[in-house]
Amino acid sequence: MIEIKNLSKSFETSDGSLDALKNINITIADGEIFGIIGMSGAGKSTLVRCINMLERPTEGEVVIDGVNLLSLKEKDLREIRRNVTMIFQGFNLLMQRNCLKNICLPLELEGVNKKDAKKRALELLDLVGLSDKAKAYPSQLSGGQQQRIAIARALATNPKVLLCDEATSALDPKTTRSILSLIRDINNKLGITVIVITHQMSVIEEICDKVAILDNGEVAEIGEVAEIFRSPKSKAAKSLVYPEDNEVEVHSEFALRVVFNGAEATDTPLIAQLAIEKNIAANILSASTKSIGNKAHGVMILSFADEKSLVSAKQYLNQIDGVLSEEVKNVR
Amino acid sequence: MFAEIFSQEVIDETLDILINEIPYALWETFYVTILATLFAVIIGLPLGVLIVVGEKDGVLPLPKPILSFLNLLINLLRSVPFLILMILVFPITRFIIGTTVGTTASIVPLVIAAFPFVARLVETSLREVDPGIIETAQSMGASPLQIIVKVMIPESVPSLISGITIAITTILGYTAMSGIIGGGGLGKIAINYGYYRYKYLVMLIAVIILIVLVQLFQTIGTRLAKAMDKR
Ligand SMILES: Nc1ncnc2c1ncn2[C@@H]1O[C@H](COP(=O)(O)OP(=O)(O)OP(=O)(O)O)[C@@H](O)[C@H]1O
Ligand SMILES: [Mg+2]
Repeated sequence: MIEIKNLSKSFETSDGSLDALKNINITIADGEIFGIIGMSGAGKSTLVRCINMLERPTEGEVVIDGVNLLSLKEKDLREIRRNVTMIFQGFNLLMQRNCLKNICLPLELEGVNKKDAKKRALELLDLVGLSDKAKAYPSQLSGGQQQRIAIARALATNPKVLLCDEATSALDPKTTRSILSLIRDINNKLGITVIVITHQMSVIEEICDKVAILDNGEVAEIGEVAEIFRSPKSKAAKSLVYPEDNEVEVHSEFALRVVFNGAEATDTPLIAQLAIEKNIAANILSASTKSIGNKAHGVMILSFADEKSLVSAKQYLNQIDGVLSEEVKNVR
Repeated sequence: MFAEIFSQEVIDETLDILINEIPYALWETFYVTILATLFAVIIGLPLGVLIVVGEKDGVLPLPKPILSFLNLLINLLRSVPFLILMILVFPITRFIIGTTVGTTASIVPLVIAAFPFVARLVETSLREVDPGIIETAQSMGASPLQIIVKVMIPESVPSLISGITIAITTILGYTAMSGIIGGGGLGKIAINYGYYRYKYLVMLIAVIILIVLVQLFQTIGTRLAKAMDKR
């Protein structure tokens, strides 16, 4: 179990002190895939670097399986880092070593003999599906393959925790999906706790069990992924779950966000029903919905002429199963 | 003047000198250059490493005064012209070799002039290593020494070879100058025959051989650096 307690981190910069993290409290259970999401500069990388003490917190504690990392000496921390390994956005493979030797590196550092290290590295190459690339150099691989080698390298020392800092941000959507499914497999097979740092909600949606939303150095919201997708509460969470809000200019004072969460697609479109049954005219500002197996998913933003029609439209929509609507207040 | 240089008599005499003196001079130049480069690397490489890793946010921060002293030492030695440095280090040369003249004695000033240069070249090469890779090694629990030996130096090998090639060719040029303090080699031939005895053809040929040597070292160095680079 990883417990982050009252953690704060400030940097001394030329123009004063900068609070990158403010009083963070997060608990991550063993075997969980935990997401940490936030905008650029929110403090995600700083937080993940505090978990393996590459960055020393200014205040608070990081406790892994009952051991307070702040109480450890540099030498013992190095020991911990073999148990809490990391992969990065830029893969960071050694360019002058071939793939096999890259995977051997953490084992060499640990003092494992060459023969055993090679044996373990070959197993891991097999695990990430790149057995044929043992002798290839990183420059001869695609980004997705390089990240697989980096994952194999991170697993070499049999860690209990894998930290992924924007591990898929440099990859295209298809490769991203294959790397994420590899991470999920590893989590299933080896029971490794995974912490995923990202700025993409799709990554969280795809593999995480729980998520913490980081906004300006603070945890804005934390909980089950499904729950946060269903009803985001904080402003930061809303703007991540409903990115449309930031894209559409809501000029109207009376706007409604309608979330479809598996509503039955009916023969008569909803907006038409609204007009026919309630005599309310709605203007569609944006819509991104898709039907999966006859169920509608997605978000729509509607605007109305006045307060009264907004209120009755909201009432009408909210009584439908799988539809949730709420007012959008001057998003801009 | 050119007619004089290329007269039959001069050519015969020159050939005679060349056959008798050049092979040994070539050997002297060669071994002085290689030995001086070797010692310059032995001192310059660790020094260059210290300067990079010893910085405030390096992998092995050193106390500020030590770092400043090392930088100052390098800058001081690099700013003294080689001709003057040769004379300034006479006491050190005498202490190490027992004499201040001769081919072997010329290695001392060459090393003293070259190691600060090598240290700067090493510094430049090591700074090219991606900081992300160093951070990765730290995240694996590598100690500072392991980061230096297993990551920083191996990752900059091609660049280090290019740097050492530059050092060799520069030292080769310096060996020619050390002819003045009695260092042997092609430089001595050029100065003794060309400058003191007006045998310009001998001088010309000695210089041409030096140019060919520089080309040779440079080509080998560049090829080697390319062949080693897996990027
Ligand atoms: N070593 C440092 N010195 C000073 N300020 C820093 C340092 N590292 C990070 N910061 C600052 O801390 C804040 C958080 O940075 P951090 O890298 O954690 O953000 P992030 O959420 O990872 O962003 P991104 O998505 O762009 O990677 C930023 O304002 C950044 O400028
Ligand atoms: Mg980051």
